[in-house]
Amino acid sequence: MLLHNRAHAATTLDDLNNSSGQSPTRKRSTFRNRFEAVLPKIVLSPTLIITLIFVYGFIAWTTVLSFTRSRAFANFHWAGLLQYGRVWEHPRWHVAIVNLGIYASLYVVLCMAIGLGLAILLDQRIRAEGGLRALFLYPMALSFIVTGTAWKWILNPGLGLTKLFHDWGWTSFQFDWIINDDMAIYTVVIAAVWQASGFVMAMFLAGLRGIDQEQIKAASIDGARMPSIYRRVIIPQLRPVFVSAFVILVHLAVKSYELVIALTGAGPGYSTELPSTFMYSFTFTRNELGMGAASAVMMLCTVAAIMVPYLYSEMRPRRKSGGH
Amino acid sequence: MATKTWDSPQMVVGKHNYVSRIVIYSMLAIAAVVYLVPLLVMLLTSFKPLPEVYSGNILALPHQWTLEAWEKAWGSACVGLECSGVKGFFWNSFRMVFSAVAISTLLGALNGYVLTKWRFKGDNTLFGLILFGCFIPFQIVLIPMASFLGKVGLAQSISGLVFVHVVYGLCFTTLYFRNYYIAFPDELVKAAMIDGARFFRIFFRILLPNSVPIITVTVIWQFTNIWNDFLFGASFTTGSSAPITVALNNIVNTSTGVKEYNVNMATAMIAALPTLLVYVIGGRYFVRGLMAGSVKG
Amino acid sequence: MSSLHVSNVRKAYGSTEILKEINIDVEDGDFLVLVGPSGCGKSTLLSLIAGLDTLSGGEIRIGNDKVNDLHPSERDIAMVFQSYALYPNMSVGQNISFGLEMRKVSKPEREKAVKDAARLLQIEHLLDRRPGQLSGGQRQRVAMGRALVRHPKIFLFDEPLSNLDAKLRVDMRTEIKKLHQRLGATIVYVTHDQIEAMTLATRIAVMKGGALQQLGTPAEVYNTPANTFVATFMGSPSMNLIPARIERSNGAMHLLVGEGQKAIDLVLPPQPAAVERYIGKKVIAGLRPEAIGVENERATSTLRTVPVTINVLEPTGPDTLAVLDLGGMEVSARLGADMPHASGERCELRVDLSKLVLFDADTEVRIH
Repeated sequence: MLLHNRAHAATTLDDLNNSSGQSPTRKRSTFRNRFEAVLPKIVLSPTLIITLIFVYGFIAWTTVLSFTRSRAFANFHWAGLLQYGRVWEHPRWHVAIVNLGIYASLYVVLCMAIGLGLAILLDQRIRAEGGLRALFLYPMALSFIVTGTAWKWILNPGLGLTKLFHDWGWTSFQFDWIINDDMAIYTVVIAAVWQASGFVMAMFLAGLRGIDQEQIKAASIDGARMPSIYRRVIIPQLRPVFVSAFVILVHLAVKSYELVIALTGAGPGYSTELPSTFMYSFTFTRNELGMGAASAVMMLCTVAAIMVPYLYSEMRPRRKSGGH
Repeated sequence: MATKTWDSPQMVVGKHNYVSRIVIYSMLAIAAVVYLVPLLVMLLTSFKPLPEVYSGNILALPHQWTLEAWEKAWGSACVGLECSGVKGFFWNSFRMVFSAVAISTLLGALNGYVLTKWRFKGDNTLFGLILFGCFIPFQIVLIPMASFLGKVGLAQSISGLVFVHVVYGLCFTTLYFRNYYIAFPDELVKAAMIDGARFFRIFFRILLPNSVPIITVTVIWQFTNIWNDFLFGASFTTGSSAPITVALNNIVNTSTGVKEYNVNMATAMIAALPTLLVYVIGGRYFVRGLMAGSVKG
Repeated sequence: MSSLHVSNVRKAYGSTEILKEINIDVEDGDFLVLVGPSGCGKSTLLSLIAGLDTLSGGEIRIGNDKVNDLHPSERDIAMVFQSYALYPNMSVGQNISFGLEMRKVSKPEREKAVKDAARLLQIEHLLDRRPGQLSGGQRQRVAMGRALVRHPKIFLFDEPLSNLDAKLRVDMRTEIKKLHQRLGATIVYVTHDQIEAMTLATRIAVMKGGALQQLGTPAEVYNTPANTFVATFMGSPSMNLIPARIERSNGAMHLLVGEGQKAIDLVLPPQPAAVERYIGKKVIAGLRPEAIGVENERATSTLRTVPVTINVLEPTGPDTLAVLDLGGMEVSARLGADMPHASGERCELRVDLSKLVLFDADTEVRIH
């Protein structure tokens, strides 16, 4: 018979490993196994419950509230679309919507253009690439309040850029957009683009780095020159990045609250009002819970209109991409 | 991120134009200046005495470098009716961030572990449900949350703010850990099971010790977002329990008397330094966090 | 060490049947190899034996104990994984002793056990290193050490050599065989490599499509395959499967290979009674390459001479693989390294009909 190493092992090991058909151990182990089967669900449940209550439940609550007569306090008299009507009739809301349109489109377009441009530049085997990349990204590490505060100071009509250029000799320079009813919204765009374009750049840079070099070689052998290669071969392949960036930027634009508050306080007057500031002021300052809720619901719908299709297409199993 | 084997399209094609290099570097230099200026302006202004702020310009170097603005910001600036600077608010933020990051990270890790190593029917749907929370504009929950915090006695408190940040941070932390653990070898878990480790032992002895990168990313991400938050802070706290972002906004936007821009800037810097520091030290992980949130799950 | 009994085991995911009524009995000290192409269910069966997955039907017994409901850690088994699954955050020594630690074995005992296992596998000098610092072969040994140290009733191996390069694979194969001989362990080993199966096993279970094709010793599986799948799966180059017919004339049974003019008529040596049912019918004749072109000087009663045309010759060093035209059919043969023929040549070779295996043309099952 072959040598059994087991004989050398201490008997304690054998005792531990002995499981030949005794019922008490069997019963204990089945209970333990059944418990362990449920344990994962138990562990996950706090988060689930929290999500159900504080995300979905609260969304439902706010939505219900938007259909009631609530003003300073929650009041559950059904009011149909009354609050929505009141919101849409309000001049501040009109300004907010127009501003959102201007702000979001400029924000998205400029961030993408600058982000892509910087990414392409950085992609050219630059010496200080790491440092420059870090530099373009640091604004993302700042609070919107800090960004707004800094830019508010820079764009100060008397002491900011204006004074700087005056001191440097350009005495006719004038930059008072921030107190100008029509132009103030563009100052928000400037500050917002400054903060987020680095992030978009990082996304594009990662996308660029993922492109197959063989294709570039093939295109160049085919006679294409650099600008064409970028335009026809590289950028079209960045489509997923464009889509991701678009979704994220729109999302950020709709949520934008802190930057506006710090930069212009939604002013001058309410010329830089956005739906987010509208919601906040009507809820907390003007005691119009119903209107605040209605505006919040509309913000949610706008975001959902973009996010849901996007998420759905991302979570679906990938279809094989055929050539076209 | 740049690997040694990477060739830019330019290099691949083999063209190496001297003029184009100059153009590229100039454009990058201009961009660099534009990105740096706000930080520079904040710093310069904060080190100036007030008269210089008014007499000079935003990029002028201080004739007289002074810390008085910083001292005032920290210890004696007026936030609302209290004039004892922002130090209290700084510590509020600090305490809030510490607990909120720790709790949301731990829960996120457990969630990610369950969702990837203990699969059950419908777990993907549940994950989707949790994930949705990352995308909502927070305005939609402000009203009920304010009401809720009042009812449970957590209104106007740091604990209340910690609670809020944990609740709305869970979706991100779960996302990060779930994506990380999906790539974590199942065989390691199986080997541990055969070795006799059970649910929590496997988590604490096998998974967590090998999760340092994702823990770092998550902590940095959570720290940055929670520290920088203003909306929740402004909505759910006032007075002495507010975080520093609220205090900053308060200081900057109170329009009594002469505006002390140097103090404003110093306050802004105090509010910005922790996250900037984290960024400088852990930049690599910061970027990973940004990308992980934006790349599909 | 212990025996293993797999009885009527079934596994289904939803409506897909992964394993269909598997029955395997392994004796104490056996080396059972589960072999088959990918997707045949061998790894699933191993997972069921380990307890990492649950049965849809049937029973698994280790020794006398039914283990269906037991957690893997309660079954007294140890497993070596394809990717070794070493814990990256622990040293080699800690990796090996982890299982003992979980079972609350005292520290001095653990250390002794680890030292013993390490000595056996010649990895004592690696005990303080991390898995990341080891080569593939070293990691393999550590994985085996982790399994050995627990002295389990059954060792399970899940394609442990697949990640190693060819030379290392051969060396480690021999190590595993030596270990089996030394320890007398009961082993269940999964692989897709039929050479590993042949060299290591005392019993081979050939699987395909979730069903057990044949269970037997290596010799049985090689020489008397249960069906054409087993015949072609085991052995490389695979067994030649030649369409043929059985005829009876002059009181003897003949095998007609090939069609029409080129057909070859071979007089069969005495066959089992079952073959008589196939007189006049089509069969599949199985002949391994080494049974064609036999050099044996002794003219035995089972050797026959056949005319062939040599199409391709592939010298391998120790022998020459040839692709031949035999009665209009293409077959492979294993000839000697110094065989005197050339490509394109027509010649006569001897085939050993004692190695002939006959299969039913429709069911592809061996006729016996």
